[in-house]
Amino acid sequence: MVKEYMFPMGGIHLKKYKITTDCPIIDAKIPDIVTIPVKQHIGSPAKTLVSKGDKVKVGTLLADADGIVSSDVHSSVSGEVIKIEDLPSSSGYEEKMISIKTEGDEWEASIDKSDKIIQEINLSPEEIIAKIREGGIVGMGGAGYPTPIKTAVPEGKKVELLIVNGIECEPFLTADDRLMVEHAEEIIMGARVINRALGIQNAIIAIDENKPKAIEALTTLSKRYVGVNVKVCRTKYPQGGEKQLIRAITGRELPSGKLPVDIGCIVQNVGTVFAVYEMVLKNKPLFERIVTVSGDGCRHPGNYRVRIGTPISSLIEETGGLSDDVNKIIIGGPMMGNAIVNTSAPVTKLTSGILLLKDDSFSKKEASACIRCGKCALVCPAGLRPYAIKQAVTFNDTTECLRKLHAGDCIECGCCSYICPARIPILDYCKIAKQEIRKK
Amino acid sequence: MLKISTNPHMQTNRDIRALMLDVVIALMPAAIAAILFFGIDALRVILTSVAACVMFEYLCCRYWFKSENSTKDFSAVITGLLLAYNLPSTMPCWMILIGAFMAIVVAKMCFGGLGRNIFNPALVGRVFLFISFPVQMTVWPVPHFLQMISPDGATGATPLKILKSIDASSSASTQMYSIDDLPSYLNMFLGNIGGCIGEVSTIALLLGFAWLLYRKVITWHIPVYYLLTVFVFTSALYFITGNMKFLPFAHLLSGGLMLGAIFMATDYTTSPMTLKGQIIFAIGCGILTVIIRSFSAYPEGVSFAILIMNAFVPLIDKYATQRCYGEKR
Repeated sequence: MVKEYMFPMGGIHLKKYKITTDCPIIDAKIPDIVTIPVKQHIGSPAKTLVSKGDKVKVGTLLADADGIVSSDVHSSVSGEVIKIEDLPSSSGYEEKMISIKTEGDEWEASIDKSDKIIQEINLSPEEIIAKIREGGIVGMGGAGYPTPIKTAVPEGKKVELLIVNGIECEPFLTADDRLMVEHAEEIIMGARVINRALGIQNAIIAIDENKPKAIEALTTLSKRYVGVNVKVCRTKYPQGGEKQLIRAITGRELPSGKLPVDIGCIVQNVGTVFAVYEMVLKNKPLFERIVTVSGDGCRHPGNYRVRIGTPISSLIEETGGLSDDVNKIIIGGPMMGNAIVNTSAPVTKLTSGILLLKDDSFSKKEASACIRCGKCALVCPAGLRPYAIKQAVTFNDTTECLRKLHAGDCIECGCCSYICPARIPILDYCKIAKQEIRKK
Repeated sequence: MLKISTNPHMQTNRDIRALMLDVVIALMPAAIAAILFFGIDALRVILTSVAACVMFEYLCCRYWFKSENSTKDFSAVITGLLLAYNLPSTMPCWMILIGAFMAIVVAKMCFGGLGRNIFNPALVGRVFLFISFPVQMTVWPVPHFLQMISPDGATGATPLKILKSIDASSSASTQMYSIDDLPSYLNMFLGNIGGCIGEVSTIALLLGFAWLLYRKVITWHIPVYYLLTVFVFTSALYFITGNMKFLPFAHLLSGGLMLGAIFMATDYTTSPMTLKGQIIFAIGCGILTVIIRSFSAYPEGVSFAILIMNAFVPLIDKYATQRCYGEKR
């Protein structure tokens, strides 16, 4: 029997809504003005290098990483910096952003714009990591953790396996799926680049069984490369979660508070791996990404190659505009994404999707009292007891109590809120619990 | 107008009402069996009980809680059905009304309604009737397939009563039965035996269990561990003592065990939250059931066993946690 790769603890089966699976990636229109946040990652904001009036090209460094946990930010268009000020981001908070007025589309000369796939890697591990840092590459699966830190193995630790995360378990989203179908070879080369930096031979590309085309494309190609293997995982949400994927592929669990590198694994999203390929072998920094624009309220759903800093409104306009019956705009997937109202906010390195939802089923329902069914504990992929966390938060229990409940290990996947028959927003309580723990 | 809300933006359509409706559906085979074996009287008991339970909950919401009518979630219907299933078909309507009052008003609404009660409402209603009206609660009309067409009105003993009385040490004043009086296992399985209207037909209850599992309303743990405990415990007693009153299969197939294990011990509100807790709870129910059935003055012990274990649920919930991701096995 073929071994099935799936995390065993908790999880749910969701309706897929992957309506854009067969939509080829289209270049989105370059907007007249882009606003690029200097912080699109976990860590400290990048230090701005340009000032008002400066002329920039596509790929010009705009802001320099401030410290180790930070990331470079590049211009996604050519033109003139018109203002640098705090503007509301998609989260609703104001963040420092660099606005650039677009003039033409002139790229930095160092960028290799050709379609040719480069096969040779002549750089040393240190050079590769330096390049990844220069490219401003961050974890594009949603966390935004700077990739160079992940790629540089700390002293005394040994990495054995690179897992390329092509699960994309969120409903609607197909950006990673399309990237794998259309850029399979680049992804494999990207994985080999990271392997070289890590000094290892093995990479596993984990793909959800609901992406047959991506599986076919990568399986066929991977046969040509030693050490690169495709593993097909059975669909279950949240299989794309780092801890869940490690469990599914290696059978090992990550102890609380440990990093994947502690058990010899590194997990990188396919989008990140593709960006690594582009930077290391083609000198192209991270200034554009694939965004799925979808939802039942979207007139022309599809997958778009979008310049970072493009206003969400301009992308919505391009896909048919915002109709009156749209209830919610979600950045990301419907399970972990955020609902926004400010459509002038820009697309960032972490924007995997923009969903326009109108169906009533995507609206929050009124909650009633807990009926103690225990389903939240049954579906929690972290093995937590969300009902107990909710109780502890409601009754203002001490931080110590929350720690005992391992509330800090919550991955915020939303399975508990999804499954709750009483419609209790349990995840909200878990998030409060996490905040309480962090405060101490 | 754009709306803002916290994630997730998708929720299952399996809300309380949908789950409860599935339980009602799962209880239907037993209702059909009850009517087939005990005639139109069974239907009278069921309808009276359900109507009374729904009415009491409605009145509580309307005049006491002054809240939204909570009968829409179908939980009162389930309580009504379960209460009816735990009564003999000859039960007078006014007694059923009292049982329904105890179940809904005292055991459920006094604690704050669905999700807040400590004891299974239907069982509270049944036990109250059982100790208040012992005569009416232990008259067992002899089941008669298609009773509806030709009622005969005869009464007899339940298999558990027969098992109880074959033990020589039990009180001599009651009518004595021998092991030959025990109905065949096939009759027990089908439901052609004396007993409460909803508990007799094992096959009908198992059909309901299959539906609950298929619809993922419950997991298999509580019923299977409960039944297994009863089976293992009675088998052990049977082989050690050689006493026919511990006949394992007779215990498994008779009395309220199937109904209790599948539908009452699995009640969300009054059972533990984690699987580990549910297993402890089920094993406790099984042990108590056998002890009460074998050694107490009563032939049946499922209701008492479940109610006693209900009282332990907060304690079980406190200590029976589950393994977190990354913790040692």
